[in-house]
Amino acid sequence: MAITFLMDGKEVTAEENKTLLDIARENGVDIPTICFHEATTANALCRICVVEVEGQRVLQPACIVKAGAGMKVQTRSEKVIRARRTILEMLDSTMDLSETPEIQNMMKDYNADPNRFPDAERRESDVKDDNPMYVRDYSKCLLCWRCVQVCAEDAQYTFAINFDGRGFETQIGTFFGKSIPETSCVLCGQCVAVCPTGALKPKREFLLEQGMSPQEISVLNTGRKQKSKVKGRDDFRPLTGLEER
Amino acid sequence: MIKADRVVTSTCPYCGVGCNLQLHVKDDYIFKVTSPFDSPVNHGNLCVKGRFGYDYVYHPRRVTTPLVRRYLLEGKPKPEGREQVFAVSTDGKPISNSLISNLWDWLETDWNTALNIVADNLIRIYKRDGSDAMAAYACAKATNEDNYLLQKMYRAIFRTNNVDHCTRLCHAGSVVALQQATGSSAMSNTASQVIQNDVFIVTGSNTGENHPIIALQMKDAVRQYGAKMIVIDPRRIDLVDFAEMWLPLKPGTNVSVFSAMAHVIVKEGLVNHDFIEKRTEGFNDFIESLDKFTPEYAEEISGVPAEDIRKAARMYANAKKAAIYWGMGISQLSHGTASALALINLAFLTGHIGREGTGLNPLRGQNNVQGASDMGCMPFHYPGYMRVDNDDNAAKWEKTWNIEPGGLSRKLGLTTTEILSHAREGGIRALYIMGENPMMSEPNLNETRKHMQQLEFLVAQDIFMNESGAFADVFLPATPFAEKDGTFSNTDRRVQRVRAAHAPRGQSRVDWQIICDLALRLESKLGADSAKWDYSNPEEILREMGNVNSDYAGITYDRIDKVGLIYPVPDMTHPGTPTLFKESFPRGRGKFHALDYVPVMEEPSDEYPFILTTGRVLEHWHGGTMTRNSALNEAYPEARVEMHPADAEIHGIRNGDPVKVQSRRGEVILRVTVTEKTSVGVVFIPFHFAEAAANLLTNDALDPQAKIPEFKACAVQVFPAREDELLNPDAVLNRGRY
Repeated sequence: MAITFLMDGKEVTAEENKTLLDIARENGVDIPTICFHEATTANALCRICVVEVEGQRVLQPACIVKAGAGMKVQTRSEKVIRARRTILEMLDSTMDLSETPEIQNMMKDYNADPNRFPDAERRESDVKDDNPMYVRDYSKCLLCWRCVQVCAEDAQYTFAINFDGRGFETQIGTFFGKSIPETSCVLCGQCVAVCPTGALKPKREFLLEQGMSPQEISVLNTGRKQKSKVKGRDDFRPLTGLEER
Repeated sequence: MIKADRVVTSTCPYCGVGCNLQLHVKDDYIFKVTSPFDSPVNHGNLCVKGRFGYDYVYHPRRVTTPLVRRYLLEGKPKPEGREQVFAVSTDGKPISNSLISNLWDWLETDWNTALNIVADNLIRIYKRDGSDAMAAYACAKATNEDNYLLQKMYRAIFRTNNVDHCTRLCHAGSVVALQQATGSSAMSNTASQVIQNDVFIVTGSNTGENHPIIALQMKDAVRQYGAKMIVIDPRRIDLVDFAEMWLPLKPGTNVSVFSAMAHVIVKEGLVNHDFIEKRTEGFNDFIESLDKFTPEYAEEISGVPAEDIRKAARMYANAKKAAIYWGMGISQLSHGTASALALINLAFLTGHIGREGTGLNPLRGQNNVQGASDMGCMPFHYPGYMRVDNDDNAAKWEKTWNIEPGGLSRKLGLTTTEILSHAREGGIRALYIMGENPMMSEPNLNETRKHMQQLEFLVAQDIFMNESGAFADVFLPATPFAEKDGTFSNTDRRVQRVRAAHAPRGQSRVDWQIICDLALRLESKLGADSAKWDYSNPEEILREMGNVNSDYAGITYDRIDKVGLIYPVPDMTHPGTPTLFKESFPRGRGKFHALDYVPVMEEPSDEYPFILTTGRVLEHWHGGTMTRNSALNEAYPEARVEMHPADAEIHGIRNGDPVKVQSRRGEVILRVTVTEKTSVGVVFIPFHFAEAAANLLTNDALDPQAKIPEFKACAVQVFPAREDELLNPDAVLNRGRY
């Protein structure tokens, strides 16, 4: 069944059970998103997509709130803009946005002040390089939860990572703080694919950024030189596929 | 942040799922792989091999210069024996510390020299011994176009049908069974239809590791769409965690369990009479054969409780839409054909075939094993499964290839396993291997090695000097998926584009061009009419094939530019065929087959008390040519044998201990993983690792119809070994999930 409601003063007709974000996009209305991804379950964590709905006490996240008949929605009211600006300023003061040009552009759009919170403590973390496939730099993590979701029932059913810690200390982590290879991780890299900020990165891209050449990177995994036991063995000659040439 | 010079859309080179890839290229180097979230096959999901396993393309061990043995380059007589040599002399001097005859040294050369040597030697043998001395292995990793041309070269120039590939080693049993019962030989439905199933059976397939993206869809089917999964497998694979039931049968006892399920379905009146009457034949004979297959009889043979067999049979039969997905555990047996027929009988009994969300679905292993089979790289069939012993079929190809009427051989060729076992004086003398590695993938490798040494002339066309290429006389450096254009056909029968991300490294050349160049030299040296090899692009090759093979008649590169097409595509406007057998089977009626239970060839004894079953792990691919030259090898660096804790305790073996595993044919030394993933009395070894090659142990007994070897069951003994006996003691697997 179709419903009709007002979005930014214009009458909009849409199918029932659709989110405000979907309907806005169908109608060419721009609502910014950060944690939302079409391939993961929306959880309204980052709140950048909030809109003002008449009669509601607080701003509503458009990625999960369904449209209702007769709703009056403002996607860019002063209250909305102020909220988005503050969210961006808080993000910028606590994390490394250097690899997130989309958010940097939003900062400009919303006139966000990078020095709004000069005393804020930044969430800093060493680069975790503990497996052959990808590196994790949680200084760049904004806790969008997409990686956790694709590792769970949104894609891989592997459940290797989750939120770890509370409040300011919250970080994405493995159970018991184990290294990635020691967890149930299948190294599929789906987490890397949905990471919006470059906190998760393929190992080879990371090494290239560090200034290594493709040649140098390739040599990294030439495999260990094998102990030769070939001589004097009249059985099948093993190993040889791994010998250096 | 690295900005890509270009992003190239292609298809994954690993398994039959055929995931869509985007290759991000900077300075002719792929630094990242992603997948579009709206991709029809994999919805943006990839496994570790697809997302990270492309780095072998840049590995320094890759061979990118044509190589020939010293005796050939210096025009000396061929020395005795045949040496397996991995090292290459780049300066023409003997390889340092070499213990072997200098005449077997590998020397670098140019394409002209290498191809002339190949052409001269193949022609010498062909003129002396005729067509029956010539044979070729095609490549289920290469494109449809590459494979079509290889069989064309051997059929048109050498007039032999001795062309086969690894389908013989994986799903030959399923292919023969499906041909006999339905007249087709591919998955009847697409993998993505699994979410439409109410009940589905997964058997003989470790889908989670071998078709990871299909396994995700199976898990979705269970968790999000309410389907019930029945796993019938000797190993407690990860899908068991999502299954309604797990029937842990002894390896090689499939026929008893599936036939007992059929027995229950008949006995309890759960058969679909309407379907049987309208669509099948042979029902009455089949019913009679079921008498002895009581669930209790099957329990005695397989170890699966009779009550579980009853329950599974009822679940499958009572479902509105049910499907069966199977893998090598069904086909890699000396009765692999019967084993697959037992599954087909179940689908016919219940009518779970010919509709969406049902089906008989053998999950094909290689990225293009379906395609290589479609392209006629099989000894009994031209492209499109047209029998070679049929004059009408042969005439069509004679016309296409500009060959005199009656010129093509009507004689069935030899299969993969037969080609090598016929390598001797008076048998196969020259073998051309495109991208296969029989020295890892054949059963009973000690025997295989002897056969390899019996060959007079061996050509390897590959990207690495693998265990088989190291036996060759000439090595032609080909290109991996990232450096060529063409098509792959996935397990869903979806024909998809492969696109070059950059030019071939070094002097390496794309396979279809190597074949055309060689074929032209052969024709000119033989003074033969040309079968036409002057293609200007791979699409012309596919079109030549599609003009005769109606399944591919409506496939053009333009039409499959974005998402591929599922064949049969009989004309240029046809939208493709995701579900087969809706109206009828290609052979008319589906044929029931009465079966008998036959045990595996080698049952456990006092001397060899364990059953060895072999397979794969998530991080590696087959003989390891690609994955062992990749960072994937760091993720899974050593061979392990899995043993059940109860067996380990009896033998005083702890997790991580080195052991010697011995069969009647060979032995390997490797570490143990003590795990309940395997059952009591069954040990498991993946076959990727040259230093502990599982196929030294496996039995080369063949299925009489499909000629597929019994990889899935042989008898072994396990002895404690010392750390210093391990061939690669520094490599230690330390992964939480294993």
